[in-house]
Amino acid sequence: MAADGYSALHEFWLNLRAIPNHVYRAMFRGGPPKTDRTRSSFIFGNVFLHLHSVRTHLWSLRWSTTMGLGIMTTAAFLITLVTGILLMFYYKPYPDVAYQSIKDIHFIVPTGRFMRNIHRWAANVMVVAVILHMARAFYTASYRKPEEFNWFIGWGLLVTTLGLSFTGYLLPWDQLAYWAITIGANIAQSPREITDALGITAWADIGGFQREILLGSDKVGEEALIRFYLLHVMILPLALVMLMAVHFWRIRKDGGLAKPANADELVAEEAKEFYPVFTDVPTKTYHLAAIVKGKTAAVGSGPEHTVPSMPHLFYAELGVLMLTTLICVGLAFVSDAPLKELANPLVPENPAKAPWYFLGLQEIVSFSAFMGGIGIPMLCVIGLGLIPFLDREKEGTGSWFGGPGGWKLVKWSIVVGFAASIGVEAFAIHFGWLREWFPEIPQLFITFINPGTVLTAIYAAYSIWAVRRYNSTRAGALALFTCFLCGFIVLTVIGTYFRGPNWDFFWSPSDWGGH
Amino acid sequence: MTTHPSEKKSRFDPEPMPRRDFLGLAALGSMAAAFALSIFGMLKLPKAAVSASPAKKFNVALPDTLPEGEAFVPPGRNVAVFRDAEGVFAISTVCTHLGCIVKTSSAGFDCPCHGSGFQKDGTVRKGPAPKAATLAESLKKRGVAHDRRGSER
Ligand code: FES
Repeated sequence: MAADGYSALHEFWLNLRAIPNHVYRAMFRGGPPKTDRTRSSFIFGNVFLHLHSVRTHLWSLRWSTTMGLGIMTTAAFLITLVTGILLMFYYKPYPDVAYQSIKDIHFIVPTGRFMRNIHRWAANVMVVAVILHMARAFYTASYRKPEEFNWFIGWGLLVTTLGLSFTGYLLPWDQLAYWAITIGANIAQSPREITDALGITAWADIGGFQREILLGSDKVGEEALIRFYLLHVMILPLALVMLMAVHFWRIRKDGGLAKPANADELVAEEAKEFYPVFTDVPTKTYHLAAIVKGKTAAVGSGPEHTVPSMPHLFYAELGVLMLTTLICVGLAFVSDAPLKELANPLVPENPAKAPWYFLGLQEIVSFSAFMGGIGIPMLCVIGLGLIPFLDREKEGTGSWFGGPGGWKLVKWSIVVGFAASIGVEAFAIHFGWLREWFPEIPQLFITFINPGTVLTAIYAAYSIWAVRRYNSTRAGALALFTCFLCGFIVLTVIGTYFRGPNWDFFWSPSDWGGH
Repeated sequence: MTTHPSEKKSRFDPEPMPRRDFLGLAALGSMAAAFALSIFGMLKLPKAAVSASPAKKFNVALPDTLPEGEAFVPPGRNVAVFRDAEGVFAISTVCTHLGCIVKTSSAGFDCPCHGSGFQKDGTVRKGPAPKAATLAESLKKRGVAHDRRGSER
């Protein structure tokens, strides 16, 4: 029996008409977010937005705090995710067919080329942004307690991002891809350089095992392609998403972004513009907070210098998202993703170059496969991960270069970092290295004493000097990190622009000549 | 389990384990065992018992006029075949550094990727290559490679 004298049929009609309104109400349960209170519950009741804290400190909103690099990385990831899924409709992970399907995407599928270009550029933007984001986190010492764990997660994200880039590089199965996977797999096999020299390969063939797991065969072929495809579209993205979720969540749980101790004073002027908060009495209390130990975002500090994340933080984030999209789409318009000839196992590219972010690696790999491909990168990666545990000083957290004097040290480290890497490279290019001087020299010498290891030793010595000179582990960390960043830049530039056929040094690609 | 009051307990008798504790431990133990076994099983998954790779044996037809000591690269193969007084032998053209394919040159072989160079007999001349190119000496030893004109193996 319908209420209020309406006939049931009439009521049905009214319900039908009210559907849009009711659906809207069901989705936006708190009504449109107009007051601080409704804005807060807007975040609180939304599973996606819940990763954000309800309020954001004004310091964290400053452009110079993060430069939006973390969000930029996330945005680039979202763009690669969407375009990547679109590409999956046409891509076929099997040699020959793979190459043809990329050609189809490039030339036949409507907007296929555009999607592929965006995918490629967004991936590049992601790599750049993730490196810069790490540098930002390092130079503002945002890895200090309690955020050590999050530095760790970020480190995992960096490695996963590079893994995604590398595995994606292989899928077109063109010459570039084929020789990159060959070289990559042989780098995995390079511990043999050591085990062979010691004569223990027969018992402990770590290198051969790694290569076989990677390729699923002793040849680079269909098994390898399918493995890399699976890594690229399933395993690594899943790992990345999970790590991202933890990464963002930890920011909240560690009390927001790292701030200098006097952050409240620094934002006091801006804070005056915002009216008081929580004009309504909250209906929700935080019983659980009572049993959580330690410092959370809201404990021990009033809401004075915070603003609602909605809209202040969200609009900033949206802005960065739009900017990133603009960059990727813009680049995709002007520059096509490359596609070389079909993979040919008989004739390598000359020179066969890795993606640009691995060319620094390739440069030191050209001195020794093991030290360049595994030894030194491992040292760097482990060193990076351990930073928060090696530098446990308290001062300067959240401010650039650890406060006064830091920038001067970093400037000098830049000079040292560039000078040492350019010097060592110039020496090796001009005078050659051990094998050219003593042709009979045992391989172990070349493996452990090569330009790459010499450069690493110089950097290590310099940073130990910095620790003693400033009597501070933070100074040593600043010196070492800066040096390695500079070395990475120099090696990448040399690998990209100054190496030609036979990995010889050329002042310009126009000197390469026919080969 | 009930004990008869007359039964005296020795001080060496262990306390009987309460049944719940026992079941809990058993559950934990079997879970750990299941985990360990399944992880062990999964670790074996990526490595097939037989690896799917093309056959490594093939026939090569040497050109009749191949001069002594001159490298012959059969089309489609990563190998250089030589003839000398003792017979026929072959050298793999896969660089021992990171697996690029070397090119024959006047000095022997040169690798396009990171500049390794090998002599004609496969020993390293320059660059990062850690060891000599593999020389298939078996061709000589097995005697199959004697001058049978055209169908050396
Ligand atoms: S692969 Fe031959 S020199 Fe690197």
